[in-house]
Amino acid sequence: MSSLTMGNRFGQNTSVQSSSNRPNTLTSGHRACQGCGEGLAARCAIDAAFTAAKGKIAVVNATGCLEVVSCSFPDNSWNVPWIHSLFGNTAAVASGVAAAFKNKGQTDVRVIAQGGDGGTTDIGMGCLSGMFDRNDDVLYICYDNQAYMNTGVQRSSATPALARTATTMPNSQYNGSDPETGKNVPDIAMAHGIPYVAVASVGNIHDLERKVAKAINIRGAKYIQIHCPCPLGWGFPTAETIRIARLALKSGMYPLFEAENGVLVGSTPIEDQIPVEEYLRVQKRFAHLFGKNAMPEDIGILQKIANRNIEKYRLGGM
Amino acid sequence: MSKPFATVVEPKTSLNNKTGSWRTVRPEYVHRLPPCNVTCPAGENIQQWLSLAQEGKFFEAWQEMVKNNPFPATMGRVCYHTCEKVCNRGQYDGSVNINLIERSIGDMAIAKGWSFEKSNAHSDKKVLIVGSGPSGLTAAYFLKKFGYNVDLFESHKYLGGMMRYGVPKYRLPRHVLDAEIKRIQDSGVNIICNKKVENLKDELVNYDAVYLAIGASVASSVNIDVESKAIVMSAIDLFQKMEDDSNDLPNLGKSVVVYGGGNTAIDAARTALRLGAEDVKIVYRRTINNMPAHETEIQDALSEGIEILCLRTISSINGKKVILDKMDYDEENGILSRSGKNEMIVADSVIFAIGQAVECSFLQGIEGISVSEKGLIDVDNCMMTGLKGVFAGGDAILGKRTVTHAIGYGKKAAKCIDAFLQGRDYVPNSKNEVANFKKLNTEYYKKDERKEVSRLGNLDFEEKDVSYSNNEIIQEAMRCFSCGNCFHCDNCYSYCPDNAIIKHEDGTLEINYDYCKGCGICASECPCGAIKMTV
Repeated sequence: MSSLTMGNRFGQNTSVQSSSNRPNTLTSGHRACQGCGEGLAARCAIDAAFTAAKGKIAVVNATGCLEVVSCSFPDNSWNVPWIHSLFGNTAAVASGVAAAFKNKGQTDVRVIAQGGDGGTTDIGMGCLSGMFDRNDDVLYICYDNQAYMNTGVQRSSATPALARTATTMPNSQYNGSDPETGKNVPDIAMAHGIPYVAVASVGNIHDLERKVAKAINIRGAKYIQIHCPCPLGWGFPTAETIRIARLALKSGMYPLFEAENGVLVGSTPIEDQIPVEEYLRVQKRFAHLFGKNAMPEDIGILQKIANRNIEKYRLGGM
Repeated sequence: MSKPFATVVEPKTSLNNKTGSWRTVRPEYVHRLPPCNVTCPAGENIQQWLSLAQEGKFFEAWQEMVKNNPFPATMGRVCYHTCEKVCNRGQYDGSVNINLIERSIGDMAIAKGWSFEKSNAHSDKKVLIVGSGPSGLTAAYFLKKFGYNVDLFESHKYLGGMMRYGVPKYRLPRHVLDAEIKRIQDSGVNIICNKKVENLKDELVNYDAVYLAIGASVASSVNIDVESKAIVMSAIDLFQKMEDDSNDLPNLGKSVVVYGGGNTAIDAARTALRLGAEDVKIVYRRTINNMPAHETEIQDALSEGIEILCLRTISSINGKKVILDKMDYDEENGILSRSGKNEMIVADSVIFAIGQAVECSFLQGIEGISVSEKGLIDVDNCMMTGLKGVFAGGDAILGKRTVTHAIGYGKKAAKCIDAFLQGRDYVPNSKNEVANFKKLNTEYYKKDERKEVSRLGNLDFEEKDVSYSNNEIIQEAMRCFSCGNCFHCDNCYSYCPDNAIIKHEDGTLEINYDYCKGCGICASECPCGAIKMTV
């Protein structure tokens, strides 16, 4: 079958997720919402890391959706050594765990820190920068659902321009999240010159798995950010999670690339670019851009962002 | 007594939390009918044999073909492949070349001498089949498979009916046809040639059921003034003469006019070219878009240099002069009228290909069997005539007249006769919902162009060898979308955020409703529409 599916009958280019004996590091019974992109991304990423490190991994988890849904006392969904830190200190705890393993001579154990965009780009930024600075042997994975979903969809510094959140409600004065705000953490990570930085998406699991597997075997600080659509927070039907992720990729709103030692080394080209409108229109968080009070130039602002991504990260081909 | 530093609780697994209780809609694996299968007049399970071909299991693929159609190599040549017209891939990057794959595997079967699986069914009952066209032979094949004693009478010298007397050699080489007929003969059907049934009543005494597959083998007559030195004949007579007397091919002269717009007209025109004519014209009363002939046939004829004169009828033939009436055609209302203008062309021969009728005078006076005004045998839903135990099908009844349809009739007739002889009613299988393009998620199919091969050969009676190599068969079969039926891509299993799909060691999948929250991602991301969300 000439297809781009997760697996196939012929065993060619199959994903870790398609294997009948994948590790299922995040198992059933977790309390993530229906169609949760983050729950899926976490299982894909940690399964890939587990497979690449032959089972020798330890995971430090920030507070956030992922932690809340996977460890409601006394149940736990993780099938790997796993520790819950505070909201903002995950990178620091992971640095400590890595130091402990080093001290015990167990450098074959690979340490992963993970959290949402709030715990990473806002609250945990200081500890994360420190981890990058010291080049601690940790892979930090940020599951980017672009707002504080767990507490009721408040804006984070990863919320895209013009998106509606509980704290950026469109009204007569404001038009969703201010386009002048926000930060690009993959760029910040690259600026630290750490060995590996990558951006991935649940819309491309093959690529996601490859990047995690590559990162896990690199010594030093690594950062991977994964785009995880949130049906509840973004306002789309639960069955559309992967489709929305795919539209983000195709429109250029979420550029997939990787960088080594601060230098861009690869990107996933867009074959048929679609207008950002196709990505925005299907999400309620952008509904005000299409309502009767919509300003025509709003879509243009987002299209510019997409075009800049395509140019900056060479999504037209390296 | 020392108190513990802190309370310690052993961690428990979230598997205790059966999130299936959240679900309001549930996914289910379904089988939907692929459009190719739905439209196949012979009812082939095309998708299934393409799937086997993908794995290089050509013998198994061939076995799957002959479950419904004993003539794969023939069909791979003369079938007008309605399957390809409706193939969902056609809306994406070109339909799968189903016809050529069928031909290639059919040829492989002949080359390797593959034979039908022996049937263990046995019955003492006897069935007579009249006519050895595609419909009669197919019915014979199935009835033999069901265990009956089958006699088949053919009035001509050779077997095959319209496959031989209606399709020229360059489209269907006789060694291919003979090999596929022989296979049916070898399965134990008792075939007698040169035997015309004169009195059906006499035969009825000896048989438990009769299938009339007598075809439509006489040319329809036309009311045209012919006072001619030109050769005037029907296409069907031309083809028959060429078959029965192949050492003495007719000379049609330099300029030939063929009258008609169907596939037979095209065949006759292209045959005339091969018999040495230099100027061949087809005269057809409506526009080229209205021609009943298949599009590729028309294209092939045009590229061989045949001229098609549309909007004309032949009013008279005088000497070598053919007088044409120019026609007006009201496309919207489908009304055809004479424009009053005439035109004259010259022809050494004129070939009529304006339809064929059923020769059913031998049925006159048989109580129960009725013939319609159009000269076709009347049958009920179970293909039975008014006379109990006498069935009819193929070109002799009302319906579409192609070889593939005839095969379909033959298969259905065999099933109806089987049901009749067992004293039960024939009940067709229930059909699943059709997997149309909207039900697919084509994101997962890599664009991959159809491997097109032109079948246009030289201007002789040899067929052009265009069969795929084994590798090409696999490559082209791989393009099948597998519409409506799981092809084990594992998307559902991989994407389920709740790990609620179980993949067994053998690759089969099962939904674990204990944990399925009913999000529907599996159904959305299923490339082929094999998962349905139900309330």
